[in-house]
Amino acid sequence: MKTKVIIFFIILNFNVVNAITFSVDSNKILKNLRCLICQGQSVADSNSEFAQTIKIVVKDQINDGKSEKEIYDFLIEKYGEWIVYKPPLNKVNFVLWIFPYLALISGGVIIFLFLKKRDNH
Amino acid sequence: MLSDIGNTLLIINILLGISIIYFSFQNLKSNEILISEKIYHICLFQSTFIIICFLTLITAFIVSDFSIINVYQNSHSLKPFFYKVSGTWGNHEGSLLLWVIILTIFSFLFLLYNKHHQKNYRIYSLIIQNILILGFLFFLLFNSNPFSKVLPIPKEGLGLNPILQDPALAIHPPLLYIGFVGSSIYFSAAIGSLLTNYSGKLFARSIKNWVLISWSFQTLGILAGSVWAYYELGWGGFWFWDPVENASLLPWFAMSALLHSLIVLEKRNLLYFWVIILCLLTFILSVTGTFLVRSGILNSVHTFANDPSRGIYILIFLSLMIFASVLLFFNKFKETNYNLNSNSKETFILINNWFMIFYLITVLLGTVYPIFTEVLTDHKVSVGPPFYNTVIIPIVILFLLFMSVGPQTQWIKNKFYNINLLLKILMGSILINFSIIYLFKGYSLLSNFIVISAVFLVISSLIDLYKSFNKLKKDSPRILSHLAFGFLILFIGLNYNFSLEKDFNLKLGEKKSFENYSIEFKDIRLQDFENYKAVIGEFKINNFKKNLDQSLYPEIRIYENPSTITYEASIRSGILKDYYITMSNIDRSDYYNIKFQKKPFMIWIWISVIFISLGGFLRLYQNAKKNY
Amino acid sequence: MQKKIIKLSIILLIIFIIGVFFIGLNKNSIYDTKNLVGQKITKIELEHFSDNRIITAGDLRKNNFTLINFWASWCGPCRAEHPILLKLNEEKNLELLGVNFKDKKNNALEFLKDLGDPYDDLARDELGKHSINFGIYGIPESILINKDLVIIKKFIGPISKNDYNYIKNIVRQ
Repeated sequence: MKTKVIIFFIILNFNVVNAITFSVDSNKILKNLRCLICQGQSVADSNSEFAQTIKIVVKDQINDGKSEKEIYDFLIEKYGEWIVYKPPLNKVNFVLWIFPYLALISGGVIIFLFLKKRDNH
Repeated sequence: MLSDIGNTLLIINILLGISIIYFSFQNLKSNEILISEKIYHICLFQSTFIIICFLTLITAFIVSDFSIINVYQNSHSLKPFFYKVSGTWGNHEGSLLLWVIILTIFSFLFLLYNKHHQKNYRIYSLIIQNILILGFLFFLLFNSNPFSKVLPIPKEGLGLNPILQDPALAIHPPLLYIGFVGSSIYFSAAIGSLLTNYSGKLFARSIKNWVLISWSFQTLGILAGSVWAYYELGWGGFWFWDPVENASLLPWFAMSALLHSLIVLEKRNLLYFWVIILCLLTFILSVTGTFLVRSGILNSVHTFANDPSRGIYILIFLSLMIFASVLLFFNKFKETNYNLNSNSKETFILINNWFMIFYLITVLLGTVYPIFTEVLTDHKVSVGPPFYNTVIIPIVILFLLFMSVGPQTQWIKNKFYNINLLLKILMGSILINFSIIYLFKGYSLLSNFIVISAVFLVISSLIDLYKSFNKLKKDSPRILSHLAFGFLILFIGLNYNFSLEKDFNLKLGEKKSFENYSIEFKDIRLQDFENYKAVIGEFKINNFKKNLDQSLYPEIRIYENPSTITYEASIRSGILKDYYITMSNIDRSDYYNIKFQKKPFMIWIWISVIFISLGGFLRLYQNAKKNY
Repeated sequence: MQKKIIKLSIILLIIFIIGVFFIGLNKNSIYDTKNLVGQKITKIELEHFSDNRIITAGDLRKNNFTLINFWASWCGPCRAEHPILLKLNEEKNLELLGVNFKDKKNNALEFLKDLGDPYDDLARDELGKHSINFGIYGIPESILINKDLVIIKKFIGPISKNDYNYIKNIVRQ
């Protein structure tokens, strides 16, 4: 009975979630872009000449129907990977994206082995 | 004059440090059972002199003695008194002196408060700590001397960067330093313990309060930093995963892991070598953080004036520390038999450590990765918030679930689980999450899980709290910190999902409407203050639905010493939400760029962090009461 | 044996990390877009400054070399490089395309009247949108491209005497 109730709630929960559609969010994109002429600020947080220009361009591209990824790719092509706060997954950034999960898994394995050794004794 | 006094005191301190090491070795050779009175006295002198030395520097700042280059560069005679004082540690040299003070005082107190522990262990810890002190004193004296003179003597100082003239930032360094410089004492103790084989429960007992102190202060220090970022940097966020912020977070992860595994060592005499690793790691990470921040190797919001020779010195010091400790550790490491049951408190504490190390590795890797790509491939990359959010947040969900279940288990072997109760709590959490969505608005799947797991932790901690009131369980500090952590994640999750942010341009007299809000640019005026001029805007915020009618006054400040422009946010804090406005001028136009934000539960994020650290202080109080 | 390997690899890892830090310390790490040389500029659509014409990639293909210069009347360093631009105008193989950046028309005209007009063609980028297409992040910035619209060099900040000689050498070859 109880499990049924839980399953019911979970399904209810996700139905609500699925009902929301997500559009391309300009603010999210702007927050993921580095303001190249500022000290460690995102484009969204800056009001510099450069940031103002990027804001206009990003909004234009969204209106043109470009996807988030296309916008990032366009800017990376023009300014290099330095401009995005989320490094794209490629040869250079491979270690950055993979290593944390590797560490997580190996940590789990170490703990597991630890306990197993004990159970055998 | 003050410069000479300061320099003399620094030299005296070096001599005292050397003599402590000398007498300590003498004491080791002799067969005395006690540490000689002489050593206590020298340590007392050492602490006293370094404090006087610091007071000398503060005095120099107060009286604006511009013959000292550090005062000249970082102070101004017209600066308010409070910021003259806080300016002392608002710069590289002064903060390094603060660093040495904490090393020294902790050294003395550790010696004083561990009288019932083995002599040799204490002596070795003292020697190591004094080697650290000497290392930093030499750095201070020969590379970053806060008492260096300037000739000819300037009439006026250059002034402190106005962005640093802020109460939260004034207390930020001392809090943070007690945290991560304080961790030096268990670095020294760990080495002392390896050298003397003083291990196990007794070792755990001798350092646990020091871990608690540093952890609690580190938590508060991080809080002060993010409060400052929230209202000073003007973008309304409180955490940007900036290298400087990460540098303070890395030792915190290590400390939190240590805090937990130390309990296992104390209660069950297990995990000794793991505890040692964490002790060493915490301080090594603190120094690494300092290296990354001070050497200018990374790009960051916070600019310390950079000087490569500093970087080299800290890097050499850091490498010596790392190699010495790694080699010693390899030398002493023995495989030990562990007695762990998969279903026990020990295991859950290991799981805590597992996650802490995962966070630590992720943040460390993200922070230093740009250095590696640049050196190895000549590629410049930025690792910012989206990386950390993507990697860390999903794992937080698991962490919270373990955190809720773990404390319910018993030592050695857990006999039963109250599965029924856990299921009920889970159902309650889902229900609460569902009602939030139903009543307000929906959010992403990931946020759903975050909210559910955070509520799960909050409810189970609340049940614990209820039990502890009835049974007088001694675990209330733990419950308090865990409860507050659950609330922290919950409020951050809600804050993230329910924030409203609008960016637009307005002219004087114009009005902008969106959703239920309208914002009117009512007025703008120029006003003179003690050390700056300000352009102050008046904005009227209306909410049609709730009859809200408030005015906010963001400022553009023009400082002259040094000449800087800052944008001051105007924030109306409330119990449920903050309203936040910043305004900045647009060049060659009558328009002003306005950023309006509604940030729910901001206060509760701060309060949660305060309670997390309060748990640490409460435990400290309990421990102190037990001992006397 | 196995333990020795683990120990050794840990030590090597530490040496590697410290080594990288050490090299990193001595590396100049100021960002610029100079390493984006060799790219081809594909989409060019610039409004002409005075008439309704659109300057396109096709127009630039006609030139052997083009120096695209982003400037504005409100920009101080642009004044400094102006004499050098005037001198570059004398080069036969090189056409100068000026892009007036976020400027008022009258101010720009006055600027050119006072200091001389070095540009063979002048475009206008009122909102700065087009500058992004060229990877500009602050003015003055200039881009030297060849017939195939491939970037030969980027000049960030005002063009110096050295830059002048460099450009001269390239276009005369």
